[in-house]
Amino acid sequence: MRAFAALMDRLAFTPGRKEKLRAIRLHLDRTPDPCRGWALAALTGGLELRTVTPALLRRLAAERTDEALFALSYDYVGDLAETVSLIWPGEGDGAEPPRLSDVVEKLRRAGRAEAPALVSGLLDRLAPPERYALVKLATGGLRVGVSARLAKQAAAEWGGVEAAEIEELWHGLAPPYPELFAWLTGGEKPAAAGRAPFRPVMLATPFEARDREAAEPADFAAEWKWDGVRVQAVSDRGERRLYTRTGEDISPAFPDLVAAMAFEGALDGELLVRAEGDVGAFNDLQQRLNRKTAPKALMARLPAVLRAYDILRAGAEDLRPCGYAERRERLGAFVAALDPERFDLSPEIPFESWEALDTLRSAPPHPAIEGVMLKRLESPYLAGRPKGPWFKWKREPHLIDAVLMYAQRGHGKRSSFYSDYTFGVWDGETLAPVGKAYFGFTDEELKKIDRFVRANTVERFGPVRSVRAEPDFGLVLEVAFEGLAASSRHRSGVAMRFPRIARLRWDKPPREADRLETLKAMIETAGPRT
Amino acid sequence: MRPDDLLHPTPEGLYCPVGDFHIDPSRPVRRALITHGHADHARAGHGAVWATPETLEIMAIRYGEGFAAERRSDAKGEIGGVRVSFHPAGHVLGSAQIAVEAGGLRIVAAGDYKRAFDPTCAAFEPVPCDVFITEATFGLPVFRHPDPMAEIGRLLASLRDFPERAHLVGVYALGKAQRLIALLRAAGWERPVYIHGALRKLCDYYVCRGIDLGPLEDATAEKGAAARYAGEVVLAPPSAFGATWARRFPDPLFAFASGWMQVRARARQRGAELGLVISDHCDWAGLTETIREIDPGEVWITHGREEALMRWCEIEGRAARPLHLVGYEDEPE
Repeated sequence: MRAFAALMDRLAFTPGRKEKLRAIRLHLDRTPDPCRGWALAALTGGLELRTVTPALLRRLAAERTDEALFALSYDYVGDLAETVSLIWPGEGDGAEPPRLSDVVEKLRRAGRAEAPALVSGLLDRLAPPERYALVKLATGGLRVGVSARLAKQAAAEWGGVEAAEIEELWHGLAPPYPELFAWLTGGEKPAAAGRAPFRPVMLATPFEARDREAAEPADFAAEWKWDGVRVQAVSDRGERRLYTRTGEDISPAFPDLVAAMAFEGALDGELLVRAEGDVGAFNDLQQRLNRKTAPKALMARLPAVLRAYDILRAGAEDLRPCGYAERRERLGAFVAALDPERFDLSPEIPFESWEALDTLRSAPPHPAIEGVMLKRLESPYLAGRPKGPWFKWKREPHLIDAVLMYAQRGHGKRSSFYSDYTFGVWDGETLAPVGKAYFGFTDEELKKIDRFVRANTVERFGPVRSVRAEPDFGLVLEVAFEGLAASSRHRSGVAMRFPRIARLRWDKPPREADRLETLKAMIETAGPRT
Repeated sequence: MRPDDLLHPTPEGLYCPVGDFHIDPSRPVRRALITHGHADHARAGHGAVWATPETLEIMAIRYGEGFAAERRSDAKGEIGGVRVSFHPAGHVLGSAQIAVEAGGLRIVAAGDYKRAFDPTCAAFEPVPCDVFITEATFGLPVFRHPDPMAEIGRLLASLRDFPERAHLVGVYALGKAQRLIALLRAAGWERPVYIHGALRKLCDYYVCRGIDLGPLEDATAEKGAAARYAGEVVLAPPSAFGATWARRFPDPLFAFASGWMQVRARARQRGAELGLVISDHCDWAGLTETIREIDPGEVWITHGREEALMRWCEIEGRAARPLHLVGYEDEPE
């Protein structure tokens, strides 16, 4: 437990990828089985224990401390696990801490009734750094600045194998991965890797002006970029899985689509839902995401569909080495044999020049389109984000001028700054709040806004301040966003998707900011994207 | 006499109307009593300054001999009928608490203080009083500074694990730099410690006051010298890390020695790869235990996180008030 806590510490503080890889390699090298397997599981998100909820943890800490002192501390630290590990009374029992594998076993076995006492008992035994690691494990949210991919990369480097080899085996392995570690320490490569493995996804880079100059339109195929969730649908000898682009298995949330995966192969595509016969908006899809199961009524109202982009495997044949044009042809034939209610082919967009494509991109035929994708005809399917074969050319964001109304103090390193902004537009003579943004500005700009907020506070409500926002005095923010929807939950009647601060308009008087009518009119064109 | 009649906050800092003097004023005043030499407490330009001999010398090093028209350095004395005495605060060399007493009432302004091990200055001395004025820099229960020797152990472990990297440690020039060196020596580190030019004068001053810091060398940059810093300890003010000065070191590992290193987000914000939780202030336990030990009639709380300490006093049934003094760095160290 101590070595694992030290690893988490090092990973949290080490900025460099190279050094993080080294830290993980050293840990795997110095830690015996099965502890290192559990550590790898923790880093790759394979140990979603959720023995205790954050709310319960807060309650346990509150029983041992004063509520007000806890709140002040949490507000300052900004991280629940860290706050609890530091504020928990005592310094631990001073004895050798238990092994990671023992702790994990206990946490896994603990039922809902025993969990609170188990976690309290461990917190009493451990010193603050180990407490932090324990809390992160027990709540299932490790987030130590390491991606699953990086952790697997480190394991691959340590064992002298390719990261892609581990990725493909991964879904056939279970923590603490004895077969994997046997292989990485010189034993046999696990043969029965499990069916329906995830294959690392190919990603696109932004299509910059210089790429446009270098690229020949005739070398590329174009298709719409749909605003859903990129997925990989794999069906392999009776095993069916739906993966996100990071390899997370989301099959249980989409049994309707999984049931229709009557094929042998692996498809790459966009997960969308149908709403009233048409492709649904992203917030329709959102209702079906992050669920463990799918209620029948929801599935009937918003059935999941797959719009196919690519094919990685047909039957036993690996198509990834083939060029895109060839795969696309195979994909057409493959999808034609599937249930058309659930699967269709992402249409190609014929175009002659970048200018012509740009025109199409600016006025896409469907609101659920967020731009175009460009794929080099000869490109094989490569894992990762290689520069050159695939480009994404997104639609420009929508922009409005809004007025800063409220500012809230941030958390963690921003806890001394007013960094979360609520902004509004004119509705008659008053401002109606229409959204909230907390990024898009530089550190320098943050300092300036913070100063403005402190100097022009009208009222305080806990960590929130209302600021002067009058027709002739106030701060105008140019806000960029991806979409707008009618919303009954927001007072203004509109909800923005992905708002961020595009520019600070110190030069602009608030009376010239946008009006709510303008936003409402945008719902038509910006559409049900939100 | 009510406590407020003896000492009360003003825009310039704490003011004693009876003796007509300020304590640690943030603007030039006629008569200033100074607790210690950190720049936010000790400013140049006062008419008369009364402080410990070390603090006066440190001010002269920092501001030049003409930093004040008049100096006084008695440990005890009187101004306008107010008895004044200086008592060690354990913060940095020369740091003192200032006790003021009149009409049977004694107020102790502790300035910045700590209770943890520090071989470079006199230890904090509890002084019984009616009002204790405490700082609250680390006034939240999440601040629990570990044993400084254990933190030095983490630095030594890193030096062993990364022998090819120069370990640059960001330190405050007065106090932290010298304490870190002394702690390294106590842990058995005998190699020269390399110091940035901005630390030289104060390190030399500590040495001439009899504090053994072992071999110190300037972290200079003659050609081909880079290799000699591999696996060595280099101390510098944190501002030097962003300057071209830092580029002379091979694959530098940036460490910071500060109480703020306790909070991960803070450590990351500073770009620390190794955060050493070594502070010249009290942690939460230090603050609360000191208040219990002194057991004053009333606690006044200044610079830092006043709310939490106010709440603690409320729970303990202690009379307390925040002073809201301005001009002190919110986040020194």
